[in-house]
Amino acid sequence: MIVEASRSNAPILRLEGLEKRFGGVAALQGIDYDVPVGIIQGVIGPNGAGKTTLFNCISGIIEPSKGWISFEGYRIEGLAPHKIARLGVSRTFQHVALFKKMTVLENVMLGRHPKTRRSFLAAGFRLPGMRSEEEHIREKAFECLDFVRLADLAGLHAGTLPLGKQKMLEIARALATEPRLILLDEPAGGLNMRETEELGDLIQEIKKLCVTVLLVEHDMNLIMDISDRILVLDFGKVLTSGTPAEIKENSAVVEAYLGMEAAGILM
Amino acid sequence: MGKKNWLILLGTAVFICSFPMLVTKIKAISHYVDVMVFAGIFTLVCIGLSLLMGYAGQICLAQAAFFGIGAYTSGILTTKFGLDPWMAMPAGMILSGLVAWIIGVPALRLRGHYLAMATLGFGVIVNIVLAEEVDWTGGPSGMADIPALQIAGYKITSDIAWYYLVWGIVFCALIFCLQILRSRVGRALRAIHEEEKAAECMGVPTASYKVRVFILSAVLAAIAGSLYAHYVACINPSSFNLMWSIRFMLMVMVGGMQSLWGALVGAVLMTFVGNEWLRMFAEFEILVYGSILLAVALFLPGGIVSLASTIARRRAKRASALEDAVS
Repeated sequence: MIVEASRSNAPILRLEGLEKRFGGVAALQGIDYDVPVGIIQGVIGPNGAGKTTLFNCISGIIEPSKGWISFEGYRIEGLAPHKIARLGVSRTFQHVALFKKMTVLENVMLGRHPKTRRSFLAAGFRLPGMRSEEEHIREKAFECLDFVRLADLAGLHAGTLPLGKQKMLEIARALATEPRLILLDEPAGGLNMRETEELGDLIQEIKKLCVTVLLVEHDMNLIMDISDRILVLDFGKVLTSGTPAEIKENSAVVEAYLGMEAAGILM
Repeated sequence: MGKKNWLILLGTAVFICSFPMLVTKIKAISHYVDVMVFAGIFTLVCIGLSLLMGYAGQICLAQAAFFGIGAYTSGILTTKFGLDPWMAMPAGMILSGLVAWIIGVPALRLRGHYLAMATLGFGVIVNIVLAEEVDWTGGPSGMADIPALQIAGYKITSDIAWYYLVWGIVFCALIFCLQILRSRVGRALRAIHEEEKAAECMGVPTASYKVRVFILSAVLAAIAGSLYAHYVACINPSSFNLMWSIRFMLMVMVGGMQSLWGALVGAVLMTFVGNEWLRMFAEFEILVYGSILLAVALFLPGGIVSLASTIARRRAKRASALEDAVS
């Protein structure tokens, strides 16, 4: 029991002394931060603060120059992205990266890839179990599509969807990998107000599935509404962190990031 | 494999089975059976190349080299070591796959033009080895007297027997690859082609998949090479040079890269064009190939198999434009 309890209190994601340099420029430096299990963790900061670099380091697209990233106690920095995905980290992209010529359903079915095994020979010879695996993939994909309410568009090509629906589809595809940590990179970018509201509800539903959410977002209303904790980055460093209420009252954040005008809106 | 593919497969199978009966009745085209044997052999190569280029999005200019590895492995093992042809063929497949693995791991890290250059270089090297290792390969004049295949003690010698054997193997390979494409592996390959980074983040080991498709295409080319060697009985390096790699690529592009059926249509059509209908152009052949490639790239980027859908789309566009004009 004690072990269980201590484990559930352990952070799901731990960053220690994380640093990323591009040539002489430090995009991230000395990041120490723990993300507790099961929360919505907002990440904010002005453009160029290192938010996307942080996501790319965690998901394995780029290798940090220094420091550790541990996910559920495993060191993951420098691992290939597909291995990190297998461990239970999934993500969406700031600029939608769907497979546009594949159908909506196929996009989500691809997300089942790390959860399934059968490879070239099994597929080519149609070995027993292939058909049932394929049906299982389809079922799970429809569950994910239902979750983001896109099931009725399953047969369309992903590229033909409007941007709002594409962003939802990316979330469905990421959820299909059954992650325990999901990284959402500006999911509200380009969405209208109603869509943003729906997105907020959806992210809270994701949290209810016991998936920890890491959320980079410029929409302050959204991030203040739904985040449990917020991490503020500035020039690649941690400026501060805390609950939304604490962040709103932090004068350093207001000055460095929001500017006086925005502060007026928030107060 | 979906219903649509099964129907096309059935239709194609009926056509292929009845083809010899039709053409042998007419004397002037009775040798078309022989042309179709070559077409079938080239189709095998093109199926692999289509997977690699059209689905995984990797350019390869070394297909003729793998074709040659298959042919020469069969030739050397049967003539110099007296091995049964049916044992030599798998040996060629294994060797070809092994070579693909060794050069694929570093080469497939390259992209676009660099990958094309690397595979081109490899193709040239293989061709030089075939021409220079005179003791083994017979050098530029090649090797002769490669024995024919046997089934249950009967030598396969007639064109008709070869025709059914080769096309039987083509259909097995087609079904194998179509089933791969319908599976999670096929989806992963298309995903790599479209958004490699996203595919990787969704758990697709992109590097290893590319290498595996490369190996598969090399193995298919080796089967084709082995059949070729046993069919023509004498081989020389000029059948496996860069020009042939380009021809295979052309076949796939003319037929249509986005579909395995394109590989079949392209290989058959271009074999007839090359072996039969364009003989009169002799050394200007290359110019004709160039023009065909240019025309396809400009006017029919989806290849011949996309002809129907392209026309349908144009019609629909014209119809809607007309409607707009009326309203």
